[in-house]
Amino acid sequence: MANLTPQDQENKFQEKIDANLYIEPKDWMMDRYRHNLIRQISQHAHSEIVGMLPEGNWITRAPNLRRKAALLAKVQDEAGHGLYLYSAAETLGISREEMINQLHTGKAKYSNIFNYPTLTWADIGAVGWLVDGAAIINQVMLQRASYGPYARAMIRICREESFHQRQGFEIMMTLSNGTKEQKAMAQDALNRWWWPSMMMFGPNDKDSPNSADMTKWRVKRESNDELRQRFVDRVAPQADFLGIKIPDEKLKWNADTQHYNFGEINWDEFHHVISGHGPCNRERMEARIKAHEEGKWVRDAAAAYANKKRSKAA
Amino acid sequence: MEQKDSQWPVWEVFIQSKSGQPHKHVGSVHAPDSETALLNARDVYTRRNEGTSIWVVPAQSITASTPEEVGPFFDPANDKVYRHPTFYEVPEGVKYI
Repeated sequence: MANLTPQDQENKFQEKIDANLYIEPKDWMMDRYRHNLIRQISQHAHSEIVGMLPEGNWITRAPNLRRKAALLAKVQDEAGHGLYLYSAAETLGISREEMINQLHTGKAKYSNIFNYPTLTWADIGAVGWLVDGAAIINQVMLQRASYGPYARAMIRICREESFHQRQGFEIMMTLSNGTKEQKAMAQDALNRWWWPSMMMFGPNDKDSPNSADMTKWRVKRESNDELRQRFVDRVAPQADFLGIKIPDEKLKWNADTQHYNFGEINWDEFHHVISGHGPCNRERMEARIKAHEEGKWVRDAAAAYANKKRSKAA
Repeated sequence: MEQKDSQWPVWEVFIQSKSGQPHKHVGSVHAPDSETALLNARDVYTRRNEGTSIWVVPAQSITASTPEEVGPFFDPANDKVYRHPTFYEVPEGVKYI
């Protein structure tokens, strides 16, 4: 079918997407689709990897063995999720090395939420409950994204991730039912993580021009504001259950819309943090680069072993 | 071929979820050799007892059909409805056929 014009190919590509079919690695795809997906999937992968840092921070200080085992398993999952996603992005023709370089040189971004610090043990509860809760809402949508390898990675990730949110909620519940000081810790964590979690869904729809293409290509199936509303609707009653208060004076159930009303997000803060001025941007990148460099001897040893075996076999 | 400090070759990973089931493609890993590829595949894809058996295959050893030729390639099967049981008439009342 080499005689198809580019326009024909583009039409065929779009028809396939509109028919709810999937695009696979060797299929013809628009260059812009490929580039946008590489950007989105690699950023998603980087987020999983960088996301290990704020939580890893508390593994050695978890309050008991049960919590420690759960947190360790969660952080291991994040590593696995990063690898599923790197592997999906590679099918689009970018090498893993290049992606990692892009992360380490600051060319590629990762989720802004991980530029905030985890100051107390309650933050581990809030991260699982809110950050994973927000991520799940986004990822459930992406399970049916038009790019096959991405959608399949998402299905696997969603299956594994539901425990992440529950373990976070459980931590919050224990603290909320604890002493006055423990309850105050839970409230303080909610105060600090609420708005950054709300920002995870991205700019308001009216300020999100890139969404149009991604929607047309069935990568994004719901808008930022729709997803954000779902998050609020789910989490607000959970906060009530915990007996802690979401730091938003405008948060209120609206019987007409059957949704919660909520206040405006401070987008100046979002842009400030995403452009490199958050509390932990530098620290996160330094930790990633250090881990990569300090892991070099392991990679060298594995390569030397493989070479030795190969030369013996030859 | 001498290997440098890179991300190593890609291995496609296939997992059998239960005894009796076929192996199914789940994704890929990077590894310098097949043994390490198996260990990596175990750590990445079977953290919750998802598998009873793993295959790793060098990605470059896989030959795949090309999507552009999907029509002509599968064409030989298109006009052979008589390969399906529904092509044949079974009179009412006849059982077990």
